[in-house]
Amino acid sequence: MVDAAASTKGDLHLTNLVKAFGDFRAVDDLSLVIPEGSFFALLGPSGCGKTTTLRMIAGLEEPTSGKISIGNTDITYAKPYARPVNTVFQNYALFPHLSIFENVAFGLRRRGIKDVKEAVTKVLALVELGHLAERKPVQLSGGQQQRIAVARAIVNRPALLLLDEPLGALDLKLRRQMQIELKWIQTEVGLTFVHVTHDQEEAMTMADTIAVMNEGRIEQMGSPVELYESPRTVFVANFLGQSNLVKGKVEGASGSDLQVSVHGNRIVVPSARNFAKDNSDKSVLIGIRPEKISIEHPEANTLGGGVITDISFVGVSTQFQIQMPWGQELSVFEQNDGGASHLQKGDTVALSWKPEFTFALDGTADVDAGTSVNPDEI
Amino acid sequence: MAFVAAISKRSSTVRGIKRPSTPYLLLIPGLSWLAMFFIFPLFTLASTSTQTAPEGADTGTYVQTFRLANYIDAFVASREQFLRSIIYALIATLLALAISYPLAYAIAFKSGKWKNLLLVLVVAPFFTSFLLRTIAWKQILGNEGPVVTVLRTLHVLGPQSGLTASAFAVVTGMTYNFLPFMTLPLYASLERIDPRTLEAASDLYANGLTTFRKVTFPLSLPGVVAGTLLTFIPAAGDYINATLLGNPKTKMIGNVIESRFFEIVDYPTAAALSFMLMAAILILVMAYVRRAGTDELV
Ligand SMILES: Nc1ncnc2c1ncn2[C@@H]1O[C@H](COP(=O)(O)OP(=O)(O)OP(=O)(O)O)[C@@H](O)[C@H]1O
Ligand SMILES: [Mg+2]
Repeated sequence: MVDAAASTKGDLHLTNLVKAFGDFRAVDDLSLVIPEGSFFALLGPSGCGKTTTLRMIAGLEEPTSGKISIGNTDITYAKPYARPVNTVFQNYALFPHLSIFENVAFGLRRRGIKDVKEAVTKVLALVELGHLAERKPVQLSGGQQQRIAVARAIVNRPALLLLDEPLGALDLKLRRQMQIELKWIQTEVGLTFVHVTHDQEEAMTMADTIAVMNEGRIEQMGSPVELYESPRTVFVANFLGQSNLVKGKVEGASGSDLQVSVHGNRIVVPSARNFAKDNSDKSVLIGIRPEKISIEHPEANTLGGGVITDISFVGVSTQFQIQMPWGQELSVFEQNDGGASHLQKGDTVALSWKPEFTFALDGTADVDAGTSVNPDEI
Repeated sequence: MAFVAAISKRSSTVRGIKRPSTPYLLLIPGLSWLAMFFIFPLFTLASTSTQTAPEGADTGTYVQTFRLANYIDAFVASREQFLRSIIYALIATLLALAISYPLAYAIAFKSGKWKNLLLVLVVAPFFTSFLLRTIAWKQILGNEGPVVTVLRTLHVLGPQSGLTASAFAVVTGMTYNFLPFMTLPLYASLERIDPRTLEAASDLYANGLTTFRKVTFPLSLPGVVAGTLLTFIPAAGDYINATLLGNPKTKMIGNVIESRFFEIVDYPTAAALSFMLMAAILILVMAYVRRAGTDELV
């Protein structure tokens, strides 16, 4: 804690940030702190305000209200060129009249650095495009342009680097490789990265902290493990991975546990994992991740009478769709360790899991919020 | 694989036979127009330029004698007007560029919902004839007009001096008349610039002026080249502005050609001068385009 004062020096603070286009609020009262030197991922569905947030931090969009500061310096209204911030644009925005080399050298030259050759050559080698230095942007493929956009920003080593889906156009192999490179640069140089992505796996593997954004607000913020194991809203539970959510009624509490009745079954939830804001009407949603459920081994929490309607084999695991007596379909992922291989479509099974994996959410919420079959994304 | 290869082979032969013929067909109307109204007159003009008048023939009767010295005579007689044409056209082009660039920039980037209205206003002068516009310009610069009145009140001009019948009137008249030819290509190339590249420049530490110098202006160069050519070429050959707004000391090469042709009926000299004007413009334009390096521009 001795370091606390020092480490807040370059933290990025967004305070009650609002951006309205007409009467539509693209970013709605957003507040967060991004510690200096951290890798921060902003995850959310299309149109939730990620790009708008980055544009305000970069100074390309003026907030309707709220404050942006780095350390103690208020930069809310600073000009974009006066901020120690660089952006990798979602649409690349390379300079069409300049060669790749000059594109990358642009920021260095503007800061009066005379000898740019070494830095540019090095960063071009990093993105493996050194051989294209003399080409023009139109002569590059989409993925190559994207890597140049990354190179053009990181060559400046800014205090804060904003990356708007910087790897979206790359194939899986190159994407993984660039993820490692980016992560390496970030830790090596100690830059703060704000990384916008659609790819949950990318966010989970790279980021120290993930903020899940929805309709201009932060739904939940925390480490990848925290977000995955303890989602606090239905949106997060569905958007990050998959969740089974079942309606239930709180019956009472015993010790540190909550007793919930779920379609006649008694389910135990640790009180600490009850994230419903208000239990006054006693209705809750019980949540359990599919891979936490076991079909074979009895545990304290059990829902019986399910019928297997679909089995799909996906290599490391097998995914079961199970129809419960009240009509709802639940998902179960079983490891392919031989235990569940005899199960067949139409079998009646009981689903069991340990109470500590259960979480409880607000019972009035829409069960489908944040599921991947989002009308925007089809 | 074989199937794919077969298909690609077939489509390439289809391409090989069918494709080139369409562009050639499309060229026919344009080429025949050019042949009829440009190439053919050009040959007539070339043939006229080396003719001479036989002894004792009527005015306007000339025979072909291949006298190349016609060119030297013509040039010696009117080199003053030649030089003046080039200088006036250059000044008018530079003035038009200085006026049009901010105008085109404002229309392309800052006009918002007024964009279309402003574009119509730029083109609006074309709704009246060239001649009428030039006469109107004479009125504006006239001794009773607003410009002279204001300048006299400010004692910039003496009570007896005016602006018409002067080099000033000719050059500003040309500037005014050819302004849309400058503004429209400039607007077109500025409009094409992706505003996000300008945002990227400001994100990469370029302030407004640097962004203009390093990104906006280089990207608008094709418009600058097109606009200056479209202004300079007709301005160099123009004679209406000099006729209506000038005095005998501001005569341009267009005036000489016009009077040789219609008044003195000296066809060979008029033809020789026309050719030399064309050659001069061509050489200047080629040198200019080379320097601007338009091929390099996207
Ligand atoms: N200039 C603008 N005028 C009006 N509405 C806008 C403007 N820019 C963005 N919006 C709206 O604001 C919302 C958020 O847009 P934004 O670009 O921030 O989304 P995003 O989260 O980056 O989405 P994606 O993942 O698709 O890039 C969208 O609904 C969009 O239509
Ligand atoms: Mg976006």
